[in-house]
Amino acid sequence: MFKARIFFYFWQLKILIKNYFRQKKMSKILEKEFFSKNVVKLVLEAPEIARTRKPGHFVIVRIDEKGERIPLTISAADEKKGTITLVIQRVGVTSAKLCNMNVGDVIMDVVGPLGTATHIEKVGTVLCAGGGVGVAPMLPIVEGLKKAGNRVITILAARSKDLIILEDQMREFSDEVIVMTDDGSYGKKGLVTAGMEEVINREKVDLCFVIGPAIMMKFGALTTKKYNIPTMASLNTIMVDGTGMCGACRVHIGGKTRFVCVDGPEFDAHQVDFDEMMTRLGAYKEQEYEAYQKYLQTVEA
Amino acid sequence: MENIIDYLKAERSQEWRAEVRKRMKAKERTSLQRINMPEEDPDVRNKNSVEVNKGLAPEMAIAEAHRCLDCADPTCITGCPVGINIPKFIKQIEVEDFAGAAVTLKETNALPAVCGRVCPQEKQCELNCFYTQKLDKPPIAIGYLERFAADWERNSGKMSVPKTEKHNKIKVGVVGSGPAGLAAAGDLAKYGYDVTVFEALHEVGGVLKYGIPEFRLPNELVDVEIETMRKMGIKFRTDFIVGKTATFDDLKKEGFQAFFVGSGAGLPRFMNIPGENLNGIFSSNEYLTRINLMHAASDEYDTPVISGKNVAVIGGGNTAMDSVRTAKRLGADKAMIIYRRSEAEMPARIEEIKHAKEEGIIFMNLHNPLEYYSDENGRVKQVKLQKMELGEPDASGRRRPIPIEGSEFIIDVDTVVVSVGVSPNPLIPKALKNLKVTDWGTIVVDPDTMQSSVPEIFAGGDIVRGGATVILAMGDGRKAAAGMHKYIQEKIQAN
Ligand SMILES: Cc1cc2nc3c(=O)[nH]c(=O)nc-3n(C[C@H](O)[C@H](O)[C@H](O)COP(=O)(O)OP(=O)(O)OC[C@H]3O[C@@H](n4cnc5c(N)ncnc54)[C@H](O)[C@@H]3O)c2cc1C
Ligand SMILES: Cc1cc2nc3c(=O)[nH]c(=O)nc-3n(C[C@H](O)[C@H](O)[C@H](O)COP(=O)(O)OP(=O)(O)OC[C@H]3O[C@@H](n4cnc5c(N)ncnc54)[C@H](O)[C@@H]3O)c2cc1C
Ligand code: SF4
Ligand code: FES
Repeated sequence: MFKARIFFYFWQLKILIKNYFRQKKMSKILEKEFFSKNVVKLVLEAPEIARTRKPGHFVIVRIDEKGERIPLTISAADEKKGTITLVIQRVGVTSAKLCNMNVGDVIMDVVGPLGTATHIEKVGTVLCAGGGVGVAPMLPIVEGLKKAGNRVITILAARSKDLIILEDQMREFSDEVIVMTDDGSYGKKGLVTAGMEEVINREKVDLCFVIGPAIMMKFGALTTKKYNIPTMASLNTIMVDGTGMCGACRVHIGGKTRFVCVDGPEFDAHQVDFDEMMTRLGAYKEQEYEAYQKYLQTVEA
Repeated sequence: MENIIDYLKAERSQEWRAEVRKRMKAKERTSLQRINMPEEDPDVRNKNSVEVNKGLAPEMAIAEAHRCLDCADPTCITGCPVGINIPKFIKQIEVEDFAGAAVTLKETNALPAVCGRVCPQEKQCELNCFYTQKLDKPPIAIGYLERFAADWERNSGKMSVPKTEKHNKIKVGVVGSGPAGLAAAGDLAKYGYDVTVFEALHEVGGVLKYGIPEFRLPNELVDVEIETMRKMGIKFRTDFIVGKTATFDDLKKEGFQAFFVGSGAGLPRFMNIPGENLNGIFSSNEYLTRINLMHAASDEYDTPVISGKNVAVIGGGNTAMDSVRTAKRLGADKAMIIYRRSEAEMPARIEEIKHAKEEGIIFMNLHNPLEYYSDENGRVKQVKLQKMELGEPDASGRRRPIPIEGSEFIIDVDTVVVSVGVSPNPLIPKALKNLKVTDWGTIVVDPDTMQSSVPEIFAGGDIVRGGATVILAMGDGRKAAAGMHKYIQEKIQAN
């Protein structure tokens, strides 16, 4: 274990030197915090992105020479310090590697800000429902909506108490925060859709955001459809380049194929073909599972 | 034009050229046979990523160079989009001055090792060669010789770093690091500018890196060229999307005076037929990017790729050939081209079609896909095809494919690569509202200077032409560099 660590530092140093000469800007991890066992907050050095990003934007990250490119939402940024904040949920190899990185480590590639920024304006009352790690991309949206003068009601949903994240930060910008857990270990017991319906039945909601696992967004969208409330979802399709070059992220929206990385990631939730999106998310299930098992062995060894 | 012809005449009448011409009678030269390119065995190479063409040995190149008649009116040059002094470099090979040949190539072509490999010579220089035009014999192997001279220089370890003018400390930006951007950057550095190339991806090279596979254009070769450019003082900023990471205005505030946009034709087209979003169906850009840029076929890299046993590639261009030959190399039992016209209309280089056939690629020409069907997991399992016939020529001059009613049938596939063309990359037009673009999304430029409707922005390559060739992209880049130089110098004088 100790040996592995030394080797790791040495290897990172090598990359640093190599890239210094290549004039490559790498991103150093400046802060790390565990929100739960499998959800980590990382603050990275990325001055240009910190300056130009807006709510709804994401970055593509590649950890090292052999890494894959994965999209992650910019959940906050500090222009003065030149940093961006990412919140990562451990689901497979790359997210696990990120969760295992530490302050001082460097990430080889961080590119962005990508996607179309959230359209934020004053509409009245906005209901923001975030499930699981979908809470992280919701944070800048909630902040933006509040600053634009909206009444913001936020629902945080997760399977159990220890998976509820960013509650304090959300409270800062929300008029009300409702916590829902599947098992009732914290807040109200029930699914996110139950919480949504409660609010909708209670007061007039002008706009809704649902961000979370595809299945949650699908049912969230069905719920608001019943009440004819305009709803936005932020899609988390598989991506490669994130610049509109490959089409890996494509999905049918209102019967037309759109590229999530450039046309989205936010779309009218009532138009999204969530079933197609879920199928496409599973395209590499077998390879991902195998790779993760292999990775776990290397970490444990 | 006048002075180019005079220049070529003067070069041709140099003593050494006249002497070489006399060494052998024209009759004797024309009776020599065209050299064959040594190739990897098709049954071996279709399982690995080794370069297919092995390159000529010096004696082969010299023999081929003897065929060239050093014509008084070198028509081959008119076929070359950048006007390489073809007879000169070939005669230099004949007298074994390989280094000199490389220098001649580099006078007009920034990346001869690349062009020698990927130019459609049969439609350019070699088409216009005296042998093709008048003798009805196979043309001089200009492409092979170009590659030979460039490779020789690289392998000699004595790559010359082009001379640059005194550094003038004026900052200029190049957006995109494909052939257009690289050519522009090279010339701008020669003029003395402080050049920064911005690239959206994590690697420099554009299509040369993420598109064209290793077996046709080894990455290492592109890297060597880029290293030379670094030595010329050119800076590269990867992971930097102009218009996103920073806007043109941000960059202007940082002191950039003018920009060259070579952002390429990055947007893949689909056919919008039912089932096209099933798993196992890719754009060729995605398929090739996963394999060439992300190394998905290697276990050591994290990116996965699906590549099955029954692979159908839709299209007939270079991109389709690259995809289908890649699929074969990844272990497909059946790797098929499905193309709606006939072989005569295929836009791919002839050599690639020949190589594909040797490697066991199945060609289903005059067929068009109508619909894809999925298995229970959402993975493509079949495609419905329709037979086509050729009608009258269309706007492109190629005969129009017409569907034959009632000819539909279904075949099994487990992977499909859609390779039906690309559209101009929309990132820059989106980021610059006052930039004039065509209905197709290409940037409108002055054809002489490559200047766009925004005075400080110049453009070239696929973003202007909408999908062309490496050599045309490079030609644009160089023309734009000259245009930018003129623009900046005039601006300075006006102040
Ligand atoms: C616009 C956008 C914003 C996102 N923001 C966040 C965020 O802020 N925090 C967060 O934790 N996650 C976010 N994701 C999802 C995140 O990208 C994936 O969880 C990550 O790529 C998984 O990689 P892996 O190697 O760890 O897992 P894998 O083993 O590769 O896959 C596990 C799961 O992740 C999905 N996935 C795999 N590769 C990708 C890929 N390249 N792109 C998207 N999904 C993929 C798979 O469908 C699978 O369900 C976002 C996705 C998108 C498209
Ligand atoms: C698979 C394939 C095979 C081919 N085979 C041949 C062949 O054999 N012979 C031939 O002559 N031609 C071939 N071509 C065509 C040829 O590659 C292109 O015509 C040529 O690469 C165009 O060059 P370019 O510099 O205009 O653009 P590209 O090579 O596409 O480069 C554009 C670059 O700009 C970057 N970029 C875009 N927007 C931005 C931005 N906003 N900020 C920063 N960077 C940005 C992109 O990431 C990309 O790297 C082939 C093309 C493909 C895809
Ligand atoms: S650059 Fe292309 S067209 Fe010009 S001589 Fe070389 S192969 Fe022929
Ligand atoms: S990720 Fe490649 S086009 Fe969207």
